[in-house]
Amino acid sequence: MSYKAKFKVWRGDAGEGSLEDYGVEVNEGEVVLDIIHRLQATQAPDMAVRWNCKAGKCGSCSAEVNGVPRLMCMTRMSTFTEDETITVTPLRTFPVIRDLVTDVSFNYTKAREVASFEPPAELKPGDYRMAQVDVERSQEFRKCIECFLCQNTCHAVRDHEDNKDHFAGPRFLMRVAELDMHPLDTRERRNEAQEDHGLGFCNITKCCTEVCPEHIKITDNALIPMKERVADRKYDPLVWLGNKIARRK
Amino acid sequence: MSTGTVSPSRTRAEIEQSTLRTDRYWVAPLVTFIVFLAFIAYATFRAFQNEYYYASPYVSPFYSPCISTNCTPMPGAGEVHFIGSWWKLSPALLILVFPLGFRMTCYYYRKAYYRAFWQSPPACAVAEPHGKYTGETRFPLIFQNAHRYFFIAASLFNVILTWDAILGFRNTDGQWGHMGLGTLVLLANATLLWLYTASCHSCRHIMGGRLKHFSKHPVRYRAWTVVSRLNTRHMQLAWASLFGVALTDLYVWLVASNVFSDPKFF
Amino acid sequence: MSTDTLTYEYDVVVIGAGGAGLRAAIEARAQGRSVAIICKSLFGKAHTVMAEGGAAAAMGNVNANDNWQVHFRDTMRGGKFLNNPRMAELHAKEAPDRVWELEEWGALFDRTKDGKISQRNFGGHEYPRLAHVGDRTGLELIRTLQQAVVSFQQKDFREHGDYEARIKVFAEHTITRLLLDGDRIAGAFGYRREDGQFVLFKAPAVVLATGGIGKSYKVTSNSWEYTGDGHALALLAGATLINMECIQFHPTGMVWPPSVKGILVTESVRGDGGVLRNSEGKRFMFGYVPDVFRKQYAETEEEADRWYTDPDHNRRPPELLPRDEVARSINSEVKAGRGTPHGGVFLDIASRLPAEEVRRRLPSMYHQFKELADVDITAEPMEVGPTCHYVMGGVEVDPDTAASSVLGLFAAGEVAGGMHGSNRLGGNSLSDLLVFGRRAGLGAADYIARLEQDRPEVQDADVDAARTEALAPLEFEAGENPYTVHSELQQTMNDLVGIIRREHEVAAAIEKLGEFRERREKLSAPGSRTFNPGWHLALDLRNMLLVSDCVAKAALERQESRGGHTREDYPVMSATWRKVNLVCSLDEQGRAKLEHKPVPTIRHDLLELFEVSELRKYMTEEELAGLPGMEPADEAVEVAAVEDEVVEAEAEAVEAEAAEVETVEAEAAEAEEPEAEAVEAEEAAEAEAEEPEESEAQSEAESEDAPEAEVSETAEIPAQAEADATESVADVSAADGEEGAK
Repeated sequence: MSYKAKFKVWRGDAGEGSLEDYGVEVNEGEVVLDIIHRLQATQAPDMAVRWNCKAGKCGSCSAEVNGVPRLMCMTRMSTFTEDETITVTPLRTFPVIRDLVTDVSFNYTKAREVASFEPPAELKPGDYRMAQVDVERSQEFRKCIECFLCQNTCHAVRDHEDNKDHFAGPRFLMRVAELDMHPLDTRERRNEAQEDHGLGFCNITKCCTEVCPEHIKITDNALIPMKERVADRKYDPLVWLGNKIARRK
Repeated sequence: MSTGTVSPSRTRAEIEQSTLRTDRYWVAPLVTFIVFLAFIAYATFRAFQNEYYYASPYVSPFYSPCISTNCTPMPGAGEVHFIGSWWKLSPALLILVFPLGFRMTCYYYRKAYYRAFWQSPPACAVAEPHGKYTGETRFPLIFQNAHRYFFIAASLFNVILTWDAILGFRNTDGQWGHMGLGTLVLLANATLLWLYTASCHSCRHIMGGRLKHFSKHPVRYRAWTVVSRLNTRHMQLAWASLFGVALTDLYVWLVASNVFSDPKFF
Repeated sequence: MSTDTLTYEYDVVVIGAGGAGLRAAIEARAQGRSVAIICKSLFGKAHTVMAEGGAAAAMGNVNANDNWQVHFRDTMRGGKFLNNPRMAELHAKEAPDRVWELEEWGALFDRTKDGKISQRNFGGHEYPRLAHVGDRTGLELIRTLQQAVVSFQQKDFREHGDYEARIKVFAEHTITRLLLDGDRIAGAFGYRREDGQFVLFKAPAVVLATGGIGKSYKVTSNSWEYTGDGHALALLAGATLINMECIQFHPTGMVWPPSVKGILVTESVRGDGGVLRNSEGKRFMFGYVPDVFRKQYAETEEEADRWYTDPDHNRRPPELLPRDEVARSINSEVKAGRGTPHGGVFLDIASRLPAEEVRRRLPSMYHQFKELADVDITAEPMEVGPTCHYVMGGVEVDPDTAASSVLGLFAAGEVAGGMHGSNRLGGNSLSDLLVFGRRAGLGAADYIARLEQDRPEVQDADVDAARTEALAPLEFEAGENPYTVHSELQQTMNDLVGIIRREHEVAAAIEKLGEFRERREKLSAPGSRTFNPGWHLALDLRNMLLVSDCVAKAALERQESRGGHTREDYPVMSATWRKVNLVCSLDEQGRAKLEHKPVPTIRHDLLELFEVSELRKYMTEEELAGLPGMEPADEAVEVAAVEDEVVEAEAEAVEAEAAEVETVEAEAAEAEEPEAEAVEAEEAAEAEAEEPEESEAQSEAESEDAPEAEVSETAEIPAQAEADATESVADVSAADGEEGAK
């Protein structure tokens, strides 16, 4: 069962470009990435698209389909009607290189700014002991495939380029939370989260969670708990007092 | 791309439309906007109205506890007039700041009103109409971090409202062992409020979220697990308890103003 | 030399940023060398993320009887003794340390009850051995290594004020040529994907870690990157490849629907109770257990089914035979007309476990197929068949240093040959990456230390030649479309040099490859140098054709069937062919040529880990001479003389072997742990069997969106809403399960 679908794809580079119309064959069981590949093989051999595994595991083929940030390999054609025009554009938050390919180096820069895991100095490899319940929270965050859809969707940087300097974005605030919840991490990360990585810019409107293809509960399980931990450290006189007294003992 | 070797002059893709979403993404914020506005209007009116809030044995949640001396006598119900008699306005205004603060700083409501009222953002991947954005980094929004204190206050209120519901097991003369439809209404209201409060993110943090090692605190881990489970329904509970409070107040109003007579079961 | 080329200087250039490449880079950097990591796609997207099962390492956390000797034995058995025994030995010995050090860098493996790394069963492994994280172990591994690279960069930032002072990632760069100075590596030439900018790396040492060759095949689990770049670069630099005919076809890749065609269904599905049935509904694997494995596998469905809960007293189900056996069996069923409508067989877990249990144990399998193709594996059987998955052959390397025959050229991971023999065990590739990635980094660092001031120089003429070669498809007008040649190549390799090979077919393939080679010289790629996929494919085709040539010629040469090489006209293993490595290099015309070289002999102490009766299935009598227990029993002589794996005196041997295996294990266990922790280990094993335990910990917010939002989506995108609905029905239990499985 195949039909001819109407596609609009953003073509261009160096920022300038436009939506171009294509008519293309669609078969049963296909996803948007299949269609882009068909365009490449039949009508536009130089159409740039980034992809790798085509199985929703590598997070390369991020784009915006009908305005919604998605992985193209995870967007089934059966979710659209046959007469619908499907618009595919590059991620809007990052500079475009060409067509559907954007420069995502922002994310790698931010990744480098999060201090690495710091295990207890005296612990030898092979002697690590952790309970399953203690690793599960961080394990959820390590499901992240770094598709950067959350980074792209978050309005704090999507609508405000100037915030890119002082806001790490959901993916890397989640990385801070992951390390803070790691049972063997010894670093104090709460101040950094707020001061260096801009946790305060998050206004928990949950778009990161909405677009996450791995269904990680970024807001509820990482960002909000991290905000609460920061509040412990920075904004809670009672906890502060409690710690002071406890340390005296 | 490569890390660091890219020409710096790159810009974002030029796309005219502020969003290309084709679904009705504006429905959710619009509904939120209308309902919240309606609630605010109703609550403001009722708070200033200063009458029809006690229909023995039922007290409206907007007026309990009464901490000034200028309210209708409500035998048994939260009469702790500790601020004395100087207050002349509606007594509701004195206490509503606490539940209001709890909801204003609630992580779910924040999402809802940032989206619906402030359009920051109106919906995901839809451009927001503001030139500058600082999130919750500075005054006044930095006070959202006080949510945990409102959580504690809200819990105290829940105790009082639960007591109010128990007082509902009296008849109009104050004798125990009776029950009417109002009793059920008050009980339902208290239950929803407890569920909403217990499912709060701050509660989840206090119960066990702040721990590094669950395995060393099995009891708190269990508590955290329960709260986490409730927390997944925090949004639904926020809405349900909001309607709960408004409807309970409405019920008391209707009974107190003799529009409706409370059916007694026994 | 052209001026439009960016030039960099490094001590070590690592080509490939998957597990092996990153591990090599980390080691070279740890040895104080400056390192460039060349990454064909984005950093952290390499094919390693696709590995699901786990990393095999004999840590003995779940079963204390496990040790490196047992792991070595399993690896050799799996590889049908074509392995380089020293590599198999190093791998088995070092894998635990490599896995443990990942924890130092922040990896979070699933845990046992006592807090150690949990290990799971996998095909071909005698004990639960695979360290894992749910079914996303590859992702964990690559993310951990990526973060370890970052932590080195942070260290350099603190010391030099520059993150990239001593280790830099060149993402979306492709190397097209290695450059030599005489017989030594001097550098590498390539282009930057995003703008076609040419880049030159001057470096005395290059580590190849480019992975496999799957994109030469039509049905494959591999991504577009897997075009055999490292194999081809090595050949062109004068290095040699071994045993390229040995290609693993994963037995269970999806064959339907098309959006998931080629995607693997992890072996865990079978480990957790999934069974293979033909179109008649018969569980056919019982008919395909080879004699070598007969005593380890169940003979009845009842016994097989008992194994899942009581592995100590029952033999394992035949669905867990090594991959090549399973792939071959499926192929036979399909050929016999008992396949599914789309040319596969049914893999059924839906009728074997409750839906909730399937979701809990195989969360990402479940979600993957649900989301990619709307296939519910808890409700219907999957249609699976062999898909090109892994190449065992590769660059011929020195086991200890990972050095190739070209000075300064090293190779690790899938691109290197020898470690896995003719067939790789599941779980051995992740540990292979770590063990030999590290050794390659170390090898490169040592090599540079020996060079001192005598560093090789890049020759300008070579750079110009590489540049001209790379520009050809852009400059040649009105030539053929590279996509056409590529798809014909894939079809040819799939049909003629696929899982089952016949002499005349392979010969025909070699002829066709000759034609493709001529056509490749006249390809054109319209468009500019800016992120132009047509141009990139035209360049990659050279590599695919070179590698395919080696594969086809070796497949024609080897007249036996062994592991990942099955010849219909020579269906059995031959003890004389076992001694032969087929070594592929390029002749003056740039075509593949083959040589026979002996497989390195197995040291006596390693041979003694096996029963003589087992060795007889693989080896000639002369090779076994002098081994204890080599009393030439009358039947045995006869058996050993036959070049065939059918052993008559099996029954006797079985008993004898069983007895010895037990003693060996007992000794090993004692040697390993001062106090035998057998009891404890058994408890751990039981705990493991019960796992995934009920953990409600993370039953977090499933439906955090406003209900109205869902309504609005329903209006516009019905199927999406449907998926949402299904999920919210699946609800708490699914989310619990997902977390619990970890």
